[in-house]
Amino acid sequence: MTDVIYRPTQSSRRARIALRWGLYLMLSVFAFWYLLPLFVMLTTSLKNLEEIRAGSLLALPREITLEPWRTAWSGACTGIRCDGLQPFFWNSVMLAVPAVMISTLIGAMNGYVIAQWRFRGANLIFSLMLFGCFIPFQVVLLPMARMLGIMNIAGTIPGLIFVHVIYGIGFTTLFFRNYYVTIPAELTKAAKIDGAGFFRIFWSIFLPLSLPIIVVTVIWQFTQIWNDFLFGVSFSQAGTQPITVALNNIVNSTTGVKEYNVDMAAAIIAALPTLLVYVVAGKYFIRGLTAGSVKG
Amino acid sequence: MQWLERHVPKLVLAPSFIAILIFVYGFIGWTAWVSFTRSRLLPNYDIVGTIQYQRLFASPRWEVALNNLFVFGVLFIGISMILGLLLAIFLDQKIRAEGALRTIYLYPMALSLIVTGTAWKWMLNPGLGIEAMVRGWGFENFRFDWITDPKMAIYTIVIAGVWQASGFVMALFLAGLRSVDGEIIKAAQVDGIPTHRIYTAIIIPSMAPIFLSAFIVLAHLAIKSFDLVIALTGGGPGYATDLPATYMYAMAFSRGDIGQAAASAMVMMMIVFAIVVPYLYSELRSKHD
Repeated sequence: MTDVIYRPTQSSRRARIALRWGLYLMLSVFAFWYLLPLFVMLTTSLKNLEEIRAGSLLALPREITLEPWRTAWSGACTGIRCDGLQPFFWNSVMLAVPAVMISTLIGAMNGYVIAQWRFRGANLIFSLMLFGCFIPFQVVLLPMARMLGIMNIAGTIPGLIFVHVIYGIGFTTLFFRNYYVTIPAELTKAAKIDGAGFFRIFWSIFLPLSLPIIVVTVIWQFTQIWNDFLFGVSFSQAGTQPITVALNNIVNSTTGVKEYNVDMAAAIIAALPTLLVYVVAGKYFIRGLTAGSVKG
Repeated sequence: MQWLERHVPKLVLAPSFIAILIFVYGFIGWTAWVSFTRSRLLPNYDIVGTIQYQRLFASPRWEVALNNLFVFGVLFIGISMILGLLLAIFLDQKIRAEGALRTIYLYPMALSLIVTGTAWKWMLNPGLGIEAMVRGWGFENFRFDWITDPKMAIYTIVIAGVWQASGFVMALFLAGLRSVDGEIIKAAQVDGIPTHRIYTAIIIPSMAPIFLSAFIVLAHLAIKSFDLVIALTGGGPGYATDLPATYMYAMAFSRGDIGQAAASAMVMMMIVFAIVVPYLYSELRSKHD
């Protein structure tokens, strides 16, 4: 302890209160900035076109209309088809659900092997997989397009599932490995002495402990796959496109009158599933983000 | 049976290992090979040397793309880092409603870049967006038409990119701030060291690894940026906002120039490697020590 005890005087206390107000003001300004696009999207999607042309960007809708939402869901044109986002929404669901499940399962098995059944070369394999997370996907786009053709799944949803599973292995393995490394090896050893085999140990010891990392991995993979555009636009064809590609087609379609309210409703529909996941399980979402960037 | 029991772990890992070898390393090899051929619409496997790279670096469009990557990368990484750090420090001051604010700052990260691009494209639309709004307030000469101005359009991509990613940087830094030893901070406070000095002299220097990972993640995002450009400007006006990723895509899927697509993809990978390899190397080394 120093001799001088810090005693707040009248003026320093006032300064501190001013500072506090400034702090909250700054935080609010930023909160406004982050919320602005969402607010604008929502209000624009509820206005009719005349009001959009006449009114101001930030104005609340005078007359709420749900017509843009209906059009976005089941009537907007993506290229030549005009049945809205609906079919593409289901494409994305049918793509994301199996791809997430398969890649999570593979990641869990890989992580379990690498963390608990170390053998010579396992670390090298892990490094090679990790490295695969970092490549720009442009470098595999051309050969993958040919490979999908050879495998006869080009332009199909199973083809896209395949691509997402392959390039998801790196991250899912990383998540599970880093989680299973923290479980003491003695546990596996003791179970082995008791005569339990590889799968038995995984099933009855590791899997019951894995709920948090499964949630993190599922959320991470779901967000990645739902929001993917590059693979979707490269490896799909009319009819099998995921929702991000369809949204982009709606927004950039050049035929007819530009319906900004429909664009905004469509954007919100495309964003809703991942936003929902974020709101419900934000903690796990953040954990995945930080685990994906700060290894270990 | 004994043999099987002993080799089960390897057998479980084998399919993934083989898949990675083929679909990552084999494919990189394929792209590298094709980048040294005369491939156009169809791949051709006769190696002829560096002709594709010469064409690439002679192309004005590629020059624009590389320049844009540099401008976008520097601004996007720089602003996201500064903003993220600032927000993290603000939030670290025992703020009421910290949880709610954190949720608000980070939600853009859950959105697809196509959604982000669509939203910002609408707001930046000169005729109906922010420009029209401010003019409506009486500032008749207000101009904010960057998105249609070839010289300024790249900055709209910076705006939208920072909006999307800065909250994530905030979350990284906030986690870092919280992990600094509380005892040291308390000791410094007792000694009467002012708060800003505690941050600049004690807390921030101890977060060097987090700066590094934030940098790596942002650089990686910047180089791969494709969706945002497509949704926000489509690479336009003209090709003013092309990035290497959009250049590669245009060559591969609309121009039918596989050789150029392969060469540009390889250059992108080189840039990523130059940034990521030293980082991964040091990470893996420190793990083994």
